[in-house]
Formats: sequence, C-alpha cells, structure tokens
Amino acid sequence: MFLVKRASFYLLTFWAAITLNFFLPHLMPGSAVGAVMARAHGEMGPGALHALELAFGVNVHQTLLQQYGIYLSHLAHGNLGISFTYFPEPVSQVIASTLPWTLFLIGLATIISFVVGNLLGIYAAWRRGRPLASVLPIAFTVMAAMPYFWVALIFLYVFGFLTGWFPITHSIGTEVTGIFHRFGSIMYHATLPALTIVITSMGGWMVGMRNNLVSVLSEDYVILAEMKGLPEREIVANYAARNALLPAITGFAMSLGFVVGGALLTEIVFSYPGIGYALYQAVTNQDYPLMQAIFLIIVTAVLIANFLVDLLYSRLDPRVSND
Amino acid sequence: MQEASVVHDPTSSPVKTSKPRNPLWHNTKALIGLGMIALFILVAIIGPWIERYAPNAEIFIPGQGPSSAHWLGTTALGQDVWSQLVVGTRVSLLVSFLAGIVATFIAVLVGIASGYAGGWIDNILSILTNIFLVIPSLPLVIILSAYLHLGNWGIIFVIAITSWAWGARSLRSQALTLVQRDYVVHAKLAGQAWWQVIFGEILPNMASLVVSGLLFAMINALLTEAGLDFLGLGNINAVSWGTMLYWAQNSEALINGMWWWFVPPGVAIAAFGAALSLLNFSLDEITNPRLRQRKVR
Repeated sequence: MFLVKRASFYLLTFWAAITLNFFLPHLMPGSAVGAVMARAHGEMGPGALHALELAFGVNVHQTLLQQYGIYLSHLAHGNLGISFTYFPEPVSQVIASTLPWTLFLIGLATIISFVVGNLLGIYAAWRRGRPLASVLPIAFTVMAAMPYFWVALIFLYVFGFLTGWFPITHSIGTEVTGIFHRFGSIMYHATLPALTIVITSMGGWMVGMRNNLVSVLSEDYVILAEMKGLPEREIVANYAARNALLPAITGFAMSLGFVVGGALLTEIVFSYPGIGYALYQAVTNQDYPLMQAIFLIIVTAVLIANFLVDLLYSRLDPRVSND
Repeated sequence: MQEASVVHDPTSSPVKTSKPRNPLWHNTKALIGLGMIALFILVAIIGPWIERYAPNAEIFIPGQGPSSAHWLGTTALGQDVWSQLVVGTRVSLLVSFLAGIVATFIAVLVGIASGYAGGWIDNILSILTNIFLVIPSLPLVIILSAYLHLGNWGIIFVIAITSWAWGARSLRSQALTLVQRDYVVHAKLAGQAWWQVIFGEILPNMASLVVSGLLFAMINALLTEAGLDFLGLGNINAVSWGTMLYWAQNSEALINGMWWWFVPPGVAIAAFGAALSLLNFSLDEITNPRLRQRKVR
C-alpha cells in the first residue's frame, strides 16, 4: 500500500513536470519556434520547422487541448525533437550519450558522501564534547554553504592546473584500450568532480545523522544497552545508528535535488560530458528542445531514484507498509 | 506586520517560564555569524563610498595581479576586481534576502494553513509541497529563467517559488502538533477567531523554526542566484558575485592563472553563506536543548 501510494504520487509529479514543460513555450515572450529557427541560422530546413512545432506542442491551427494531446503522444513515442546544438543528432541521442556519465558521477558521489557523512555524523554524536567532534559539524555546515561550481573551480585550478595531478577536462582519456585501463582512466577523470560533490554535500548527511543520533542516544533502550555492558561498537552500530538512520533516508528526496543541481554545475566547470554540460550548451545556445528534454529526463531520473529509496525504506522500516 | 516582526526576531524561541539570559548573545557561533552578516550588510550599504573605481570601467591594464593600486587586481577586460566585489555585494545580498523572505512567507502560509485547517486543504497543500520538494529546483529554475528571460525581480520570484517547500513541510508538521496542544484548544474554546489563534498562539511558538527556514532559504537563494549568474542566465551586465564568476569563466581566467579574479567572488559567497549557516547551526543548538548539553565519552 505504501509503495502504491508513493508510485502514484511520483506519477502525479511526473505529469506535473511534463505539463509544465508543455506550457513553457506558450509562456515565453515571443515564439519559441521562431527563436530556435533564428538561432539555427538557416542550417535547418523547413521540415525542421514542423518538427519543432510538434516537439514544442505549438501549432497556431490547433486548440490548446489538441496541442497538448499531440505533445503527449509524441512524448510517449520518445520523440523529444531536434537539437540544433548537436544538429543533426536528435535530442534523445544526445541524452542517451550524456546521461550515463551523469548517473555514474552522481551515483558515485552520493554513495561516498552518504557513507562517509553518516560515519562522521556517528562519530560527532558519540564522541560529543571532544574537540574534533565539535569542530566537524561546524566545518561541514560551513562547507555546505559554498557554491558547488566555485569549489569545482578551485579544485580544477589547484589540482588540475597548478599541480597537474588530475585532468582538467573530459571523462576518459583519448587513447585508452583494455577494460582495466579504461576503468582506471574513467575513475581518474571522475576524481575531482566527484570530490567536489562529496565535499559540498557530505555536511547535510553528517549534521542530520549527528542530530538524530544525539536524540536517539538518550532513549531508554540505548541506556539499557550501556548498562548491560555491551561493547560500545555494538551499541552504536546495532542500537543507536540504525534508528538514527531512518529519518536521514526520508530526507533523501530533498538532498538528491541539491546534489543533482550541484552536479550539473560541477560538470560544466570540469567540461565533464554529462547531462549538465549538455544543459549548459543548450542554455548558451538557447536550444529550447534540448533544455526541455534534459529537464524532463532529470525529473524522471530523480523520481525513479526516490522510488528506489522508498523500496529500500519499506524494507528497512516495515512499519510504513503496515498502515 | 505582526508576522514580519516575528520573522526577524530570532530570540523569541518557544515560550519558556524562566530565561536567565539571552542565549543568542552567549553563543560564539551565533555572534560570529551575526557579525559577519552585519559586515556584509554594511558593505552593501556603504558600497559606493568604499569602491575605489567605477566597477564596470574598462580603463586599467588588463590582467594585473593584486597591487596597492588594485587590491584584488584587474580583470581581463581591465576592470578593478575590488570595486566589482564591493558593488556586487548589493545584488547578491538583495536577492538572497528578498527571495528568502518571499519563500519563507509562502512556507509559513502553506505550512500553517495545512496544519491548522487539516482535511482536504491539508491533503492538497501537502501534495503540492511534496511535488515541489521532489522536483530538483536548480534545473527548474534554469529552464524557467531561460524561457522567461527574467530580470532581477523575476529571478527573485522564481527562486522563491521553487524553494518554499522544505520550510512548508517542517512548519506543517510543527503546526500539526501545536494545534493539539492544550493552550491552543483552550484559545479556540474561549472563542478566539482563527487569526487570533494563529498569530497569538501558533506562530510565536514556531518562531525559531520560521527563522531557521528563513536562513536556509537565504542560503539556497544565494547559491541559486550565483549559479544562474554563472551560467549567464542572470543579467550579465549587472555586477554581482555570480556574474563576476561568469565573466571570469568566459575569459578563461583559470587557464590564464588569474586567480585574483575568480577566487574573491567565491570567497564572498562562501563567507556570507557560512555566516548564515553558523547562525542557523547555533539556533539549532539554542532551541534544541538535547544538542546543547555536553557529554564527553
């Protein structure tokens, strides 16, 4: 029941996003199609004009409702229109080639930041009063307030440009062969972008874990466990941290939104060929079809990720599925 | 008006019987945060008197490092970086404050309406809140501002519209527990009107949550605006910390080793954001006694 509820909520959100996407070209001052055609400087033929009208769901000869219906059916067929930034590649192709990089980068960074952030949060709560435990939360709260893209710029400048330790662009070397070599090159290129996201997003997990754990530590069952003389490690791992982790997981939705936003900007700074970089190209070229498609794919990916977390949550906390 | 005064008064935390001293003034983190915020506001106000040159005048030798004539060097276009930094404080602070206040206002409105009214109003508002929570805000802001060609006011509005949901959710759950408290029930039974109950009983008791939401919304607005400007989606001819970074990036300041151009605006954003989060952090400690007590293990 819990999962059905969540799934229908995500479907509703998805519908809201595609409807917003449909209305955006209508809200724009001037004509979106005209703007795109003007930007393309005659590189696109008259067929493209029609294709664009279809993709935007804009056609002067139809009612709004008809336009909406046609827009939806095109979307259902995966027809997202033509991007002129990457012309003649269709938008769906651009997304197919950039999305995996972003998923990889965000996935890697999120896992690292979740694990390390929560571990540090456990430390900060358990050893409260020690100098390091007091400084950690403050340091990371402050770091969370730094602009992602600026942290990326600094990393790029210091570790890429000044010292030359890490590559300053791309996601993989040009002439790498062999599976291990490729993997190494990919990880090497992902280090700085991932580090940027980890550093700036870890604080949220850490402070959340610390504050939850501080509350949980004063619960009776933790005190009982201490009085029983259980080893510290066992109390923290099996009694306290497990219960403190649950609220953190429900906060995942919001945190993911921030990470996605930050990752988009980070990719731009590192010229990392993910969806954020494509979005940047779209924005600087006023490539509206590409922009819309990227927005839609980001929303879809975030909704799916949230649903997966809900699946996990219903396993971790069976109480939610019972009511 | 009453509401605005509550929002700006971080000390009116949940009503307690005896309060020997104001905890805000005895918290080092809060003091540092407040001091830094005050300093930034001061710079924003007296900016025109301490900028040394016209911020956009391209009249100096381009790409000079810091010197006594140009404290933070010059840009590749021959502008004085220090003057730009000082003038940029205004736009960045204005957007942060206004967008933060508007977002918090919406959050208070939605959160209290939801928690106080309950029933179908609560259901609809909660769904709306959750939709805005789950849609990543930065991509939404990016496509909205790319389509609508927004000025500063438009950007403030769009940031507020996309960032109220977090505050609304926490205020709603607080309001839900408050409406069941005895004193609220008594106030209702005593025949007080709904607005008397809300402004007299409920709102004062979630003041700390409102302020915390405001600080959070301000940080978010600061970072979002900087990100938009950095992408060139703001007004690129106006001087703000974000547009400074945009021009630095577009002129390849990094590859040319002109660190004095792209480091200061980021430090300014980070410092103002840090001041806001320090204040938020200490507010958390003051209002949540469990976080305050120290125990060395």
